[in-house]
Amino acid sequence: MRCASLAFDLVTTSQHEISDEIAKIQADSPRGAPLLDFPPYRSTLLRHPTKDRQLVDPEGAELLAPVFGHSDVDPVESDLTIQRGGEPIGERIRVHGRVLDGDGRPVRRQLVEIWQANAAGRYSHQGDQHPAPLDPFFTGVGRCLTDDDGWYSFTSIKPGPYPWRNHHNAWRPAHIHFSLFGTDFTQRLITQMYFPGDQLLSLDPIAQSISSPGALERLIASYDHSRSEHEWLLGYRWDIVLTGSHATYLEPSDD
Amino acid sequence: MTEATPGQTVGPFFHHALAYPGDAELVPFGAAGSVVLHGYVYDGAGDVVPDAMIEIRQADAAGVVPAVGGSLRRRGAGFTGWGRCCTDSAGHYWFSTVEPGAPFFAVTVFARGLLDRLFTRIYLPGADLDGLTAARESDGRLRFDIHLQGPSETPFFTFPRS
Repeated sequence: MRCASLAFDLVTTSQHEISDEIAKIQADSPRGAPLLDFPPYRSTLLRHPTKDRQLVDPEGAELLAPVFGHSDVDPVESDLTIQRGGEPIGERIRVHGRVLDGDGRPVRRQLVEIWQANAAGRYSHQGDQHPAPLDPFFTGVGRCLTDDDGWYSFTSIKPGPYPWRNHHNAWRPAHIHFSLFGTDFTQRLITQMYFPGDQLLSLDPIAQSISSPGALERLIASYDHSRSEHEWLLGYRWDIVLTGSHATYLEPSDD
Repeated sequence: MTEATPGQTVGPFFHHALAYPGDAELVPFGAAGSVVLHGYVYDGAGDVVPDAMIEIRQADAAGVVPAVGGSLRRRGAGFTGWGRCCTDSAGHYWFSTVEPGAPFFAVTVFARGLLDRLFTRIYLPGADLDGLTAARESDGRLRFDIHLQGPSETPFFTFPRS
């Protein structure tokens, strides 16, 4: 397996070559979930399981997600523009939407965590070496609890795209990372929300690991003018659907 | 059923958002009756994975899975049955917890280079399930290594309705 990673030269592989690889894979296997074995995203090479995942019925702790409450999350944590005592630079946005389970039921009073780059495309993380400015007034980290109807809302700054070392001239589309829980442990989800009309999406091996275009659409927020605020911010709507819950679902049975 | 929102990799820059004080201490380290569950995460070349994150969900010692808040600000609050640990530069993770009064810890694995989360289970010593059973070390700790790929690849699970 080692030789597989050395076979790729990250510095000279072009976007054109990466896009060709993506197109070939997508022609073979359009599907909704991301492919774990997706060579155009080079870091997957040694990190994807090669055996099929075993289908098991959830038991015990798998049937119950962790519970979070108001002692866990302060309401101000949902506003990423007020965390450091000054205004961060960039395009002020509000991202809101609902967290639903696979049966369309709201996921109530559950934890949502987000993180993102600043307006210049730089994370407030020591591992990010992109030579773009840090913003002293922006950490890019937020949390909230969904309300009784599954709604979440964050106020933030639109993140910038940024370069990465997957191949030559590789750029990640602007995105916000979301971490979500359902009512079952099996519904755990970490994903990325993208912005509408981003020309980098079609070039990005991480987004394109979702080979069905319809499924990728589900990661793209829509501009929501009804939630934009006069002389203040732009609104985006993004709903999240988790997998099905088992707790209240009875498999059809012959018993 | 509505189609689920697809997952995406946790990426490399999650620590400042997802790690928090006490995240891996379901009970305080060294507390009476506590046990350390730890191990290393490896890739398919046998190299450690220093940018993974492991979460566990478990029953308490009596076998009850708690449904109580307080995991993010533990402050000596009750046992919540959930914890999170980012691997360090040696690919090591650890939890201070109690041995569940149930057969296994439920586990989720995230990492840069891993496009969707993986589920597995860590069974208690004696379960004798290949690749899914923790080892008891001489100092009492439970050891469970996670192999994302390779000859010792950890069995990973998927569930109905996903």
